[in-house]
Amino acid sequence: MQFSFHDSATDPSSPTASGMTPALRVKDLAFYYGSQKAIESVSMDIYQGQVTAIIGPSGCGKSTFLKALNRISELEGTVRVEGQVEFFGQNIYSRQVNLNRLRRQIGMVFQKPNPFPISIYDNVAYGVRVYSRPSRSSLDETVESALKSAALWSEVKDNLNKSALGLSGGQQQRLCIARALAVKPKILLMDEPCSALDPIATMKIEELIDHLRQELTIAIVTHNMQQASRVSQYTAFFSTDESRIGQLIEFGSTAQIFMEASQPRTRDYVEGRFG
Amino acid sequence: MKETSITQELYRPLSPARTAFSRGMTTIAFLLSGLALLPLLAILFEILRQGIPNLKWEVLTSLPAPVGMEGLPSGFANAIVGTVIMVGIASLISIPVGVLTAIYLAEFSKGSPIAHLIRFVVTVLSGVPSIVVGVFAYAVVVLTFKGFSAFAGGFALSVIMLPIVILATEEALKLVPTSLRLASSALGASRFQTVFRVTIATALPGITTGVLLAVARAAGETAPLLFTALFSQNWFEGLTSPTASLSVLIYNYASSAYAEQNTLAWTASLILVGIVLLVNVASRIVTSNRFKIR
Repeated sequence: MQFSFHDSATDPSSPTASGMTPALRVKDLAFYYGSQKAIESVSMDIYQGQVTAIIGPSGCGKSTFLKALNRISELEGTVRVEGQVEFFGQNIYSRQVNLNRLRRQIGMVFQKPNPFPISIYDNVAYGVRVYSRPSRSSLDETVESALKSAALWSEVKDNLNKSALGLSGGQQQRLCIARALAVKPKILLMDEPCSALDPIATMKIEELIDHLRQELTIAIVTHNMQQASRVSQYTAFFSTDESRIGQLIEFGSTAQIFMEASQPRTRDYVEGRFG
Repeated sequence: MKETSITQELYRPLSPARTAFSRGMTTIAFLLSGLALLPLLAILFEILRQGIPNLKWEVLTSLPAPVGMEGLPSGFANAIVGTVIMVGIASLISIPVGVLTAIYLAEFSKGSPIAHLIRFVVTVLSGVPSIVVGVFAYAVVVLTFKGFSAFAGGFALSVIMLPIVILATEEALKLVPTSLRLASSALGASRFQTVFRVTIATALPGITTGVLLAVARAAGETAPLLFTALFSQNWFEGLTSPTASLSVLIYNYASSAYAEQNTLAWTASLILVGIVLLVNVASRIVTSNRFKIR
């Protein structure tokens, strides 16, 4: 059997040659901010139940790519997209897509912790309240289980009604993860979630990512190569050329990218020779 | 190395000329700040001096006594009630309209030409002299309904308040970090939900401040009321009748030939300044809570 990540199977939900189901399948994606092309011809799969790391030098379009996967970039300005992104076989750029449903399925954790300036409890409950009117007891349950999944419960269980802004940066970021988990997404996109955190908080989040993999699919953008190698099963390496347009240079299992990358640019980057 | 070069020297003082210049400028700035405070302090002093002697409970509870009636309790309770009612009417009109306009400008317009036009018009409106607003309300309300009324006064005040509410609310909404809007959208909230559950909730202290400042401004306005609400010696008789207000009472009585009315005007000034000050202090308290961790 051929070991290929750029599988051109026609049935999007069929397992690929690697035996994995793609939760997201990106096909020849190009992305424009206004008239400025930011990334082009990206094709890759994000496999269900796996952690996919997206690495690359600054300005290579990693974050742009990630934000294209739940269409959050549309809130930041005029954008245009070519190509397709399929979420379990459905094109997320189709006109019929309900953006609110899409973003509930594909959650996001941002670079800087951004809790709402309300209580810890209300932060976690926010997403649930947006689309349903849960009973108090079921909401309590959801909040507790989300906080437990984000490994924050033991630290905040006595202070649920205190402001989220009183938490430390690492706790705030785990709160943001809990908030995203509370709406039970299928995929979690993380945009450099540890870049504003100290090493201990980073370690906790990394442990958390490994743990969460059992329940959901994760795509994480990171600047930190060790982090990518520690937390991910698959790695995509993005880079730019003289045109300043981001491209996917190589995609493969993390071991493959870090040990035996086929592209010289990938080897140079993971060995720290540029970027 | 014993000798430190001149560029490494840390203990060299500034030249005497620069030190003297610095001290001189600091002194001038201090004196000028004092000068700027002088009018405010002088006004407050004079109002307190003239107003306090007559500050009795009865001025807050009774009607102005007819001129020449010695011994009758005299006050301006009707004017206090009138001011509160007309500022209330103005708030009822200007706060919903103003806040919703600001929400449109800050959250939904996306910098469209219409939004720019609205913002420009609002800025112009905030600079329109209040007497012109009074004439406008006279033409629109008083002539239409054939009579001076509390409603006409409230309408005129609402035109004064509107631009203040809009501009302050828009500023407050703009201060809400984009990251919170993104966080809300990423959880599947619609734009409407994001605006009403996150943006406005976060901006609420700022919006409240703007509204309170507008209220304080409206409470002190005279010109818009002169030929809309007119004045009345009697108790409040309904929204369609001429109504007394503190500012117009001060205007009328201050220039009156009767000493007892002059005294009443001073006391009314004291009360009006007190009300405005109170509202301003309230807005300060709300603002200072903005970044406080609950």
